Amino acid sequence: MDSFIVISLIKVAVVFAVLLTTLAYLQWVERKVIAHIQVRPGPYRVGPHGLLQPLADVVKLITKEDLRPPFVHKALYLAAPFMAMTLALMSICVIPFGPAIHLGGVPTWMQLTDLNIGVLFVLAVSSMGVYGVAFAGWASNNKYALLGGLRSSAQMISYELPMSIAIAAPLLLSNTLSLRTLVDTQAGGIWHWNVLRGPFPQIVSFVIFLIAAFAETNRVPFDLPEAENELVAGFHTEYSSMKFASFFMAEYANMITVSSMAVLLFLGGWMAPWPARYGSSVVPVLVFACAGAIALYHGIRPARRRDRYSLPVTGVVFLTVAAVFLLPMVQNWLLPLFWFGAKVGSILFTFMWVRGTLPRFRYDQLMGFAWKWLFPAAMLNLLVTGFLVAWVS
Amino acid sequence: MASVPISWFLTLSAVLFALGVAGFLFRRNIITVFMSIELMLNAVNLSFVTFAYQFKKVDGHLLALFVMVVAAAEAAVGLAIILTVFKRRPSLDIDDVNSMKN
Amino acid sequence: MDVILFLVFALFAVACAINVVVQRHPITSAISLIGVMASLAVLYLLLGAEFIAAAQVIVYAGAIMVLFVFVIMLLNAGAELRSGRSLMAQALGVPLLAALLGIVAFFVQRLFPRETTTHFGGFTGGGAKEVGRALFTTYLLPFEATSILILIAIVGAIVLAHKELD
Repeated sequence: MDSFIVISLIKVAVVFAVLLTTLAYLQWVERKVIAHIQVRPGPYRVGPHGLLQPLADVVKLITKEDLRPPFVHKALYLAAPFMAMTLALMSICVIPFGPAIHLGGVPTWMQLTDLNIGVLFVLAVSSMGVYGVAFAGWASNNKYALLGGLRSSAQMISYELPMSIAIAAPLLLSNTLSLRTLVDTQAGGIWHWNVLRGPFPQIVSFVIFLIAAFAETNRVPFDLPEAENELVAGFHTEYSSMKFASFFMAEYANMITVSSMAVLLFLGGWMAPWPARYGSSVVPVLVFACAGAIALYHGIRPARRRDRYSLPVTGVVFLTVAAVFLLPMVQNWLLPLFWFGAKVGSILFTFMWVRGTLPRFRYDQLMGFAWKWLFPAAMLNLLVTGFLVAWVS
Repeated sequence: MASVPISWFLTLSAVLFALGVAGFLFRRNIITVFMSIELMLNAVNLSFVTFAYQFKKVDGHLLALFVMVVAAAEAAVGLAIILTVFKRRPSLDIDDVNSMKN
Repeated sequence: MDVILFLVFALFAVACAINVVVQRHPITSAISLIGVMASLAVLYLLLGAEFIAAAQVIVYAGAIMVLFVFVIMLLNAGAELRSGRSLMAQALGVPLLAALLGIVAFFVQRLFPRETTTHFGGFTGGGAKEVGRALFTTYLLPFEATSILILIAIVGAIVLAHKELD
């Protein structure tokens, strides 16, 4: 019992630290990606290539004046960002990052806890996340905030329905609600991942889940309720400094959660695309070594004066990471972590790519799309999957 | 004692049900009356699940699920009725809905 | 451990329920009702009803209460201005309610003596597999009937709430 508590506390500390750093640097990545899509450098001056920009943002947000508008409903105004943040972080508790490892001699899983209704837990926490937005909009005593909050929460509950039905289809193939077992049923290489697995590859479910995930996290093209040039910034109009930062962090944490769910349900979790005996453990080494080589090559004759030091240093860092992946003693936990991170990272990159590319929907188009197209498509997909599964077995 | 007697769960269900009845009878605001009805339904769900534990059958859970579904349908229609009736008058007081006109 | 969990969440549920009945502003009543449902979900987990606990949070606390909160926000409901019913009704009602509770509690204690206890893990048949199997075999007719009920509710809500286009 003792070692269980100690191990759990260590895992919570590690996951929490990594998650908060990732949230801060996810914003840096987003700004860089969108900037390069728009052919401009993005944050560049604060630290090498803008790497200290999140730190500068945090300092700015903490030291900004914490406004408290006079006629707001005080309890809900203060509780709403707190609730949004808490619920967004709670669903990380059940996500598995890798297989069983030994932590100081004690065997444990790379997951904070494994519930046998893990999928339902994540759905439940995201249903409760609607309240953070609704109460923020209402408590602000501002008609634009109220409209933005109501629109945003109506959008979130409307898109929960196709998302749940799209989740039900791969569950028919995997036959379990526990997230760890879900990954274990997708072992054996890319043809066993739920997105490509017979009798019915779940490609349609994957697409529907991603579209619903865009709407659940209020991201472009579904971000009308909170965009800056619509409705005066929507439900977080009256929030300043750290409270606004909480909403921001909650949005990124939600993005990480739905990307992780997409990876676990459809893309095989932390499993490598082909088994290790055919050399999949060499892939991260190759990726990082190539990245380091490219950085060093450009560092010899840099285009800008600033890059005289940053590019070679980056190259050396990447080559060191590639060397670390060659050590056999860390491979059993580092490799699954690499694959999980790569898959979640590519879905997050898709989120940012879409943000830089697509225009946003009008609100009635958004709601019509959910109820008239996405929901029937998800139902049809579930019907076909169920029929084929019953026919084959 | 290291475990909870079943009678405690049933007493809790009775307490919640009684509070729901009290809210239903004594409050004026129509939405609070509706919420007291939901409180009563929740109390009944708790006793269904408790009896399912006692007889070690899953049927109590099924009945609780059906109660939830019926509560959802009732909440949807009831709130639509509230929205319609109170579009024409400014107050949410059930004592004011006392004429068949409008 | 079970006793501590039960006592904490049962007292929280009763406190939130009293809050639902006593508060003047409907939004505070709604938040207290969400608190009641969340603590009931924990009590369902203690009784081994894991699927029902998840369904309670997803359906009840995450959808039905959102509907209530929307209506309160749309109607701009304010705090109640007048106090409750007449003093006579309250003076008679509260003791009668307490008496009803006392009688029910007495009979419950008599029917279920202290020895019938629950403990976490005593009933493992409440998972999704068992509920699903029962739902689609024994309870197939009520399942189909509830789907028709939901259809009726959807049509009814839309008919009641839609605007006439003049």
